Amino acid sequence: MQLLQQFVNGITIGSFYALVALGYTMVYGVLKLINFAHGDLFMWGAYLGLSALTLLTAGTLAGGIWMIVPVGAFVFICIALAGVLVERVAYRPLRSAGRLPPLISALGAAFILQSLARNLYGASWRTYPQVTGLTGGITLAGGLRIGFMQIFVVAIACVLMGALWLFVHRTRVGTAMRAVSTDPVAARLMGINVDRIIAIVFLIGPGLGGVAGLIVALYYGSFDFTLGWTFGLKAFIAAILGGIGNIPGAMLGGMLLGVVETLASGYVSPQWKDVIAYAALIVILIARPTGLLGERVGAKV
Amino acid sequence: MKSARKGTGGGGRSPQDTPGLERPKSARPGSSPAQLMRPPAWLAELARRRPWLIQLALLALALLIPLPLNDYYRTVAWRTGLYVMLGLSLNVIVGYAGLFQLGHAAFFALGAYTAGILNLRLGVPLLATLPASIVVAAFFGYLLTRPILHLRGDYLAIVTIAFGEVTRLALVNNIFGITGGANGLSGIDRPRLLGIELRAPIYHYYLMLLFLVVTIVAMRRLERSRLGRAWNCVREDEEAAAAMGIDTTRVKMQAFVIGSAWAGLAGALYAGKLTVISPDLAKFMESVVLFCIVVLGGTGSIPGIFVGAVGMVTLPELFRPLRDWRDAWLGVAMVVMMIARPEGVWPSHRVKMEMRGEGEARGAAPAEGGAGGGA
Repeated sequence: MQLLQQFVNGITIGSFYALVALGYTMVYGVLKLINFAHGDLFMWGAYLGLSALTLLTAGTLAGGIWMIVPVGAFVFICIALAGVLVERVAYRPLRSAGRLPPLISALGAAFILQSLARNLYGASWRTYPQVTGLTGGITLAGGLRIGFMQIFVVAIACVLMGALWLFVHRTRVGTAMRAVSTDPVAARLMGINVDRIIAIVFLIGPGLGGVAGLIVALYYGSFDFTLGWTFGLKAFIAAILGGIGNIPGAMLGGMLLGVVETLASGYVSPQWKDVIAYAALIVILIARPTGLLGERVGAKV
Repeated sequence: MKSARKGTGGGGRSPQDTPGLERPKSARPGSSPAQLMRPPAWLAELARRRPWLIQLALLALALLIPLPLNDYYRTVAWRTGLYVMLGLSLNVIVGYAGLFQLGHAAFFALGAYTAGILNLRLGVPLLATLPASIVVAAFFGYLLTRPILHLRGDYLAIVTIAFGEVTRLALVNNIFGITGGANGLSGIDRPRLLGIELRAPIYHYYLMLLFLVVTIVAMRRLERSRLGRAWNCVREDEEAAAAMGIDTTRVKMQAFVIGSAWAGLAGALYAGKLTVISPDLAKFMESVVLFCIVVLGGTGSIPGIFVGAVGMVTLPELFRPLRDWRDAWLGVAMVVMMIARPEGVWPSHRVKMEMRGEGEARGAAPAEGGAGGGA
């Protein structure tokens, strides 16, 4: 039963990783660039969500769950615009500059975002207001406990990922996105506006990441400015685990990493769970660099 | 041209004598970085004919610099020098061999911890721990990088980040019960030389300078050695290098081992000066600072590393009130440099050609002719 409980907790954390990993994997798919700034955009989602919640309800979530919807929309829009801005300023000028310059520029953008957050919001831990409707939980037979919060966040993550999957596979823009990710030159020849598609990717990926930041902060209740780095690196590991550039892979990788990490912290030691996550990354890169579901990126490794 | 106004410029890079006196700060950003870095004609001529004269002048400058300073600025100078050493060690990996290493601070920390543990547990005098620090860092450099050398570009960067974090977490978690956990180690002996305990910052400065000079000489020899040329080939075109009979895996591994070993040496010197070390030494931020010293200063170029260390270590130290904004400054520098001048402030001629194509590189620094296409 404890195993099952760990599993439930792992799925919850895994759904966060999956949401953030989507942003990495989408950007990598079209630009072949590790968007280091993504983790910090995600962290900004948590801060902006905090500001919006505080403004809306003066500290207490009077209305309960429904308040999350406008706040989530606000965070999505702001972080999506920030993502496009980052692409415009730090990545677009370097599109043809090889591999090293964009990587460094991405790290630079990450530092700027992180430093801004630390200086504007302070370096101390910030606490989120409790959501009134989500504090309880249900206890199933055998003592397995599932919090309403867990159900809520996993549901949100699943809805968002389902919507993304539909968008990518069932719409014209989504099809164009897949085309650009397969072969940007051919896509351009087919009349696809590659710059526009990249901009859309930088709207959706960071937007989802921002919402993930909001629900992560809601779930844990408190966070600080280093959230983006630690969580971002984990999410990136999840993306690689599933096969980078591959959207279902990111979801699978996220869930898997969440479960592995929770099991490791339950059965080995909580201190070593991060080490085990990094070790998983190293092992997967050595043994199967394309990830679990990836096949396309083989030649680039 | 009013030549030789020696007062401020000193040895290496006095900017061209322009309105320097009226507005020393605002006049500089106006001229392009390329012009800024170009030494005046007489100096270039001197450097070409009598390179040892310049080197001697720089050495004299380095020997004299700490004398008029107080202890605080002597420590800043020591720190800058140490980061130049670290930058040079990373330069072997990033600059010469063209490999990504975003976890270099881990080897610095390994060196420091080796020195600290040997000193605290076994009472080995600090200077005697230096060889052990070098060997341990080199050994881990070998062990950790051996399985990942086939990875390229950003994948290598990610794995090295992961290695750095694993090292830091292992130190935090007090692995084998000898690293002292999150608090690290304290009370390490200061180095003793000829019966004197090296306590004052100035002693440490000169000790560091000794090793720095050795490092620079070694790097210059390495650059021109068979191995150095092999690195060049691997960086420019790995397949072609392999076709010419270079064992690319072996050569790349040698770069990692030599670079890590040197970082270990710097770590031991650090432990001797501060006497307190913590897992923060292996922080990702440290690795990024080192990476920036190399890449923003000038990949593959020894003077570039000096410029990088001054920009990344000395300037933030001198503007302490703005300390909270250091990361932002780093970030802006990284983004702007990559867009405007991806080869760094003072790059090696070779790297510049690789990054910009031969024509442009020649345009920036008029040199000999010669046809042919850069990569």
